[in-house]
Amino acid sequence: MFWISSTAHAKKLMPTAATDIAYQVDNLYSFLLISSFIACAILIGGMIFFAHKYKRKSVHAKSAYITHNVFLEFLWSFIPLVIFLAVFAWGWLIFHDMRSMPKDALEIHVRGKQWAWEAEYKSGVKAANLIKVPINKDVKLILTSTDVLHSFYVPSFRIKQDAVPGRYTALWFNANKFGEFHIFCTEYCGTQHSGMIGKLHVVTQQEYDQWLEEESKFNTLPLAQKGEKLFQLKACSGCHSVKNSAVLAGPSLYKKFGTEEELKDGMKIAVDESYIRESILTPNAKIVKGFNAGVMPTFQGQLSEDELAALIEYLKTTK
Amino acid sequence: MSTNSHSHGGGHVAHHFRDAEHQFDSGKQGIWLFMVTEILMFGGLFVGYAIFHSLYPKMFAEGASHLDWRMGSLNTLVLIVSSYTMAMSIHHLQKGESNKAFTKLWITVVCGAIFMVIKAFEYSSKFQHGLLPGHLLDVAKTHAEHANLGMYYGFYFCMTGLHGLHVLIGMGLIIWLAIRTKRGEFGPDYFLPVEGVGIFWHIVDLIWIFLFPLLYLVG
Amino acid sequence: MASTTHNPDVNYLNEFKGIGSWFTSLDHKRIGLLYMVSIFFFFLLGGIFALLIRLELFSPGAQFLTPDQYNQVMTYHGAIMVFMVIVPGIPAILGNFFLPLQIGAKDVAFPRLNLASWYVFMTGALIAMSTLFLGKVDTGWTFYTPYSIKTGTAATIMVLAAFVMGMSSILTGLNFIVTTHKLRAPGMTMHRIPLFCWALYSTAILQVLATPVLAITLLLIAVERATGVGIFDPALGGDPVLFQHFFWFYSHPAVYIMILPAMGVVSEVIAAFSRKTIFGYTAIAYSSLGIAAVSFFVWGHHMFVSGQSEIAGVVFSFLTMLVGVPTAIKMFNWLATLYKGNISFESPMLFALGFLFLFAIGGVTGIMLAVLATDVHFHDTYFVVAHFHYVMVGGTLMAVMGGIYYWIPKMFGRMYNESLARLTFIFIFIGFNVTFFPQFVLGAMGMPRRYFDYIPAYESLNKISTMGSWLIGIGFFLSLYVIISAIRSGAKASANPWGAKTLEWQTSSPPPHFNFETEPVVTAGPYEYK
Repeated sequence: MFWISSTAHAKKLMPTAATDIAYQVDNLYSFLLISSFIACAILIGGMIFFAHKYKRKSVHAKSAYITHNVFLEFLWSFIPLVIFLAVFAWGWLIFHDMRSMPKDALEIHVRGKQWAWEAEYKSGVKAANLIKVPINKDVKLILTSTDVLHSFYVPSFRIKQDAVPGRYTALWFNANKFGEFHIFCTEYCGTQHSGMIGKLHVVTQQEYDQWLEEESKFNTLPLAQKGEKLFQLKACSGCHSVKNSAVLAGPSLYKKFGTEEELKDGMKIAVDESYIRESILTPNAKIVKGFNAGVMPTFQGQLSEDELAALIEYLKTTK
Repeated sequence: MSTNSHSHGGGHVAHHFRDAEHQFDSGKQGIWLFMVTEILMFGGLFVGYAIFHSLYPKMFAEGASHLDWRMGSLNTLVLIVSSYTMAMSIHHLQKGESNKAFTKLWITVVCGAIFMVIKAFEYSSKFQHGLLPGHLLDVAKTHAEHANLGMYYGFYFCMTGLHGLHVLIGMGLIIWLAIRTKRGEFGPDYFLPVEGVGIFWHIVDLIWIFLFPLLYLVG
Repeated sequence: MASTTHNPDVNYLNEFKGIGSWFTSLDHKRIGLLYMVSIFFFFLLGGIFALLIRLELFSPGAQFLTPDQYNQVMTYHGAIMVFMVIVPGIPAILGNFFLPLQIGAKDVAFPRLNLASWYVFMTGALIAMSTLFLGKVDTGWTFYTPYSIKTGTAATIMVLAAFVMGMSSILTGLNFIVTTHKLRAPGMTMHRIPLFCWALYSTAILQVLATPVLAITLLLIAVERATGVGIFDPALGGDPVLFQHFFWFYSHPAVYIMILPAMGVVSEVIAAFSRKTIFGYTAIAYSSLGIAAVSFFVWGHHMFVSGQSEIAGVVFSFLTMLVGVPTAIKMFNWLATLYKGNISFESPMLFALGFLFLFAIGGVTGIMLAVLATDVHFHDTYFVVAHFHYVMVGGTLMAVMGGIYYWIPKMFGRMYNESLARLTFIFIFIGFNVTFFPQFVLGAMGMPRRYFDYIPAYESLNKISTMGSWLIGIGFFLSLYVIISAIRSGAKASANPWGAKTLEWQTSSPPPHFNFETEPVVTAGPYEYK
């Protein structure tokens, strides 16, 4: 309990507060910690004190016969009620700010999917597990999900909102610190739930503009580089490692192209362009030994011919 | 609730009750509490129905248009009659006329059976026309205007199916009562099981009385 | 109130012999023991899953489980502990045994239904266990849609199992309500029943009113999985958030189904070991009912960030604050009971005081979660995990242990080994705090729950937490030994070893088959330590 006593100390245990609202939440949290500490000190301290003072010395000693005390009982119902209502109102005020979307905010669409966050800017730029925003600017994220529930959480901003399939939810923030902050998924969404981690990158307006400009050149990139981006964007990297042969939810694709793969039924098949294409479009057609059918979703209709070509070219380079 | 091998003295009073009246009151309270849980369980379905009906009124109307309200009303009538005969059987037992009670119980069972037969006709016609819940719905055969018409039939089959299951259980219980009545186990001073099953049967009827307009008429 | 019997050697344990006499027994005491053995077994199982979770989280990255296996372990830990241990726990074991004894009845109102509810419970539990061999479940115990609809595992069987166990819970609740209303001994007015009975009574009301809604919700999930009706599936025009409303409409009251009986046990133990009348009997009794009533209107506080409207969040936060008040009343009343008491510290009392300590922390962190702005940060992080373990384990399981030690002399007519029992308390209490206090900090730092893997910043606290879980494990294994050796070879217990005043201590230990030789006549309240 000792750490609760110092507000400053308590704040160290929270991630960096990088928005105004985060400061406000921390202030409320500090108040709650201090009042909780006092409440616990009364209850637990009182308990220990009484336990010590009224320790049984003889079985026959008489205890006091006190059935109730209306005034005291009123006090310890009324005082907690007042405190509860006060923190309720305080919490509401901040919550109201969290839920009041600013006008003229920079709007970014964010889609949760198993298992990555996909951000899409108004200019059409897409990024996976990365949201880049300028500092001191209102940013509104419009959330949805393509499969199951996810929840978008940035601890440093003290904000969280579920991404619900079939509808839009929103949250906003105005970052006042530069840096890279974690984006977590806090609604359980299956195998790689804990791997659904993104970065929220707060940069200067200039850096932001520059980045947006570069990213919009996506279509003019060489095929393999384009494939590399797509590999992130389509969340392939959530389940297939490409830097080493570590096994995630799916087989590693490191140095895979041009080798032979053993399938569940014992058959061997050459990893060539056609096999990769088939594995992307109809993933359940051939299952690699040691893995299960039905885990990977189909990408039929979600990738164009040149995107497929880009992915295949990229996989040739993971050596 | 019923007899116990350890009963002392008075015919049907279990050992932990003071007397027949004490046992009757306790049993009746237990049955009513059980009815509360039944109503709450169907209540969950009714809430779901209300929410989706307000979201997709046209889809629900399309679903309801495939139901035959005449069969539904006939079934309502049959159940109301059965409720009456069920109540009468208790009345007869209280007066000690166990033969009459026996007849009334059997009429109740027959009514239940008629209800289930009509229900079976309705179900089989739905099956033939491909009007089934969820993705089982045959869109080509039904020419469904709404893509999610399967949801209406989800509600239809869940609600009437669960209700039908209760009717079947009720019929089983009433047959058991009829056999015990024939054996002369019930009389003016002991008819708690009949009273209990009677309450169950009335509640099952009542649920149908809500289901019928919601599914067949409101649409 | 005779404390002697005609033949003191004949009691409910030895009057009928053979295994068959146990499985067909209508005696509430024997049914309580049937539940005790089965629930202990499931607790062991759920505990092993808990230890596996902590072992996997000892370091970041995969240790010995795959992510899918971890998700299954996490699901089974939750589902077993909630549906098979904590929800039935106190009512089915201690409630079955002591409700009739405490109100001076010979049995519960419907003995056959009582036995049936054990069979129903076991059927549900076995169906649930069968999923271990039929594809396993990875939905989490909450079955959130649409994941629970899409997942390829044995979720359908699991929801049906939970449905069946829910029926058992309803039957027990129904039985207890009628028992409390109708079977009280002469003179035992509602204001003279012990507070444990008030707690069971409030719990029973919750079981009867909330469980049917869960039942139908789970049934709908099964239908949804089988036919794709689309009620909870957004792809078919359904609403996945509706499931959360239905689910928490049951599961929030269920939280009080889990904690209210524990509060009842604590009231009994504190009064008995302080040798003092309970402070504010009426307030404690009615606060149980108050908690039960308000608990039906606070389910939305699980959904502040689910996408429900701001105004809904505000209303639910406000109502949640109102639940805090009766809880605070109880805490202060127990404290006031200690004042000027004559307190001794046998293990039941240690567990009750441990309950006060842990529940105080669980309570204040509950307020932090009820406040809208802070909940947005803490929701679905380890802060929540720590909070509900402080309430469910620190609260309910401490009370289960305290209650079992308190009543072992009555149940089996034998005493347990006091110094070993105190040692179990020390292991469980310290282990518990070492395990779960760091989780508050982890949650504040932002570590989400149900995580198989975590970022390196969280490593040291996770290590401490895992080491704490070993202490808890030792504590509970030791408890099992203490309980079994008490039953097998404990010293003979007198009828009333603690000098308590409630009715169950006025009959012999263990009680005769019909509880009392002569029907007790009650002339005073339950805690008249004058």
